[in-house]
Amino acid sequence: MIVSIASGKGGTGKTTVALLLAAARPGATVVDCDVEEPNCHLFLQPGRGEERQVTVMRPSLNTELCDGCGRCAEVCLFNALAITGKKVLLFDELCHGCGGCILACPPKAVSEAAKPIGVVRAGAATRNSAGTKLIDGLLDVGSPTASPLIKAMKETLAAQGDIIVDCPPGTACSMVAAVADSDFCLLVTEPTPFGLHDLGLAAGVIKLLGIPAGVVINKSDGGAWDDAVADWCAQEGIPILGRIPHSEAFAHEYAEGRISPEYLADARAIWGKLGREGDCR
Amino acid sequence: MKELVIMSGKGGTGKTSISAALAYLAPEKVLADCDVDAANLHLMVGARQRESHGFVAGFEPEVNVTECVKCGRCTALCRFKAIDNGAITSPFACEGCGVCAFNCPAHAISMRDKSAGRWLVSDTRFGTMVHAELGLAVENSGKLVSRVRLETKKLAEKQKVPLIITDGPPGIGCPAIATVTGADLVLAVVEPSLSAMHDLERLRNLCGHFKVPIAVCINKATLSPANTGALKESLAANDVPVVGEIAYDSVFRTAVQTSRTVMEIDNIKVQEKILELWYNLSALLGVTHNESVVHKLDRKLKSFAGWV
Ligand code: SF4
Ligand code: SF4
Ligand code: SF4
Ligand code: SF4
Repeated sequence: MIVSIASGKGGTGKTTVALLLAAARPGATVVDCDVEEPNCHLFLQPGRGEERQVTVMRPSLNTELCDGCGRCAEVCLFNALAITGKKVLLFDELCHGCGGCILACPPKAVSEAAKPIGVVRAGAATRNSAGTKLIDGLLDVGSPTASPLIKAMKETLAAQGDIIVDCPPGTACSMVAAVADSDFCLLVTEPTPFGLHDLGLAAGVIKLLGIPAGVVINKSDGGAWDDAVADWCAQEGIPILGRIPHSEAFAHEYAEGRISPEYLADARAIWGKLGREGDCR
Repeated sequence: MKELVIMSGKGGTGKTSISAALAYLAPEKVLADCDVDAANLHLMVGARQRESHGFVAGFEPEVNVTECVKCGRCTALCRFKAIDNGAITSPFACEGCGVCAFNCPAHAISMRDKSAGRWLVSDTRFGTMVHAELGLAVENSGKLVSRVRLETKKLAEKQKVPLIITDGPPGIGCPAIATVTGADLVLAVVEPSLSAMHDLERLRNLCGHFKVPIAVCINKATLSPANTGALKESLAANDVPVVGEIAYDSVFRTAVQTSRTVMEIDNIKVQEKILELWYNLSALLGVTHNESVVHKLDRKLKSFAGWV
């Protein structure tokens, strides 16, 4: 089953939950879709494995054929093409690779060339949860195209066994690309006003995508905001599948790259509930 | 007018808490929240919404089903697998590129403006704030960030304030790029964890790329003294000034849970550290800090007269 771990915001403990779940399920694959800041490898220290460059297709111009008619710039809805005099300029970072300009160019002056945007890596963990396979991606700095890299990462997967997808924060395109196709989404939240606010946003996206979801309250302290999160979940009909207690000791360990086994039992319990929630879809 | 942008490679380092504390301390400023994906600053500064403006970005196809002849050309040409014979099957996959519309032989598809969220102006306990709500599952967060920054600048000019304090988005992607470009100073709030240090490296590269100076505040410094030491060494080696260092303290959590800034909660140690941070930042930016606070520091920090 593919379980994605999401939260409206960073810092709520998505990576913690993903790593705990992996440790509780030997043989699972972790896919770190936070391609802007992949962190799972810091904990899992995967041995050198495969590394593959990911490219996107970008238009390339044959200046001899181009007569400067401007049709390509007209059809590019992302303003990635501009005509100055009779010359065509491409603003690479705005291009979505839709191929519209190629179709539109009367003298067929536009073709395509592959442009690298980052790498996808795969390896086996050597620390914290040995045996876990990690797939992660690294976006080139300054490249705004996270979604194609996330898609490429998921395509690398032979869909077998359990897959844990650590999603990027937020509710925008890259988060959607990461949660898409998952069987279940675990929404990680903190019992604070920030946590509840962001949980609402993330749950909104998951609902739009029609993915069954459950909540894990991280840094739970049994206080008033725990209750507020629980009330909200009850109202929205989203089950709470686990609570990971607030622990400064855990934070210390985490800061130094260790996942303390303290909450492994909680993680196993979450897997148990996931199975059931998955079945009753 | 100067713009201070508070960033953190990673979420959860205390960026918004520190933004709010600086908002409390800076005498004259306009606030901006560029974390348009999941804005939180408004929860800490008591925002009361004054204006709401729709934000339109990009396009979405609209199919006239009676004109569609089900030829399948749109299905074949759409690279994002979003349309099937004139029916938009996965609206979230649609990039709004218009390839389907421009190449439909029956002219059955038109491209419509797409609503992508709202940008808002609010009154807060610490002055005016511009913030936004990105539509769920849409892109263009970079454009919405640019809009928030543009509107904040206009407001700051109108109010003739010397400073903009911007709570930035996490990450180094399009919203981060849109936030950093053209800013006067980036304050990176970092915690001494392996992941946050790794992310700082990427943020530093990003700032270098866009030629924006960067300074660092180490938050939760006591979480790992070893990492804090290593962090400081590497920053010194790269000539990045450390303008603040704050111990791990539960007051941040209390502040968030009670919707106040840490400056409004009894905890003189953290307050002094943040005051020091603010003095260092104001010196780097060349804006005046509020002298009235200095005299109060010995006894206890209080909110300035007329505020709150
Ligand atoms: S449409 Fe083709 S010929 Fe016309 S300006 Fe563009 S590239 Fe040149
Ligand atoms: S491929 Fe699409 S987005 Fe890129 S330049 Fe051509 S028309 Fe514009
Ligand atoms: S290309 Fe136009 S006519 Fe053909 S299936 Fe698509 S919408 Fe219908
Ligand atoms: S606008 Fe582009 S992405 Fe959307 S359905 Fe049409 S061709 Fe596909």
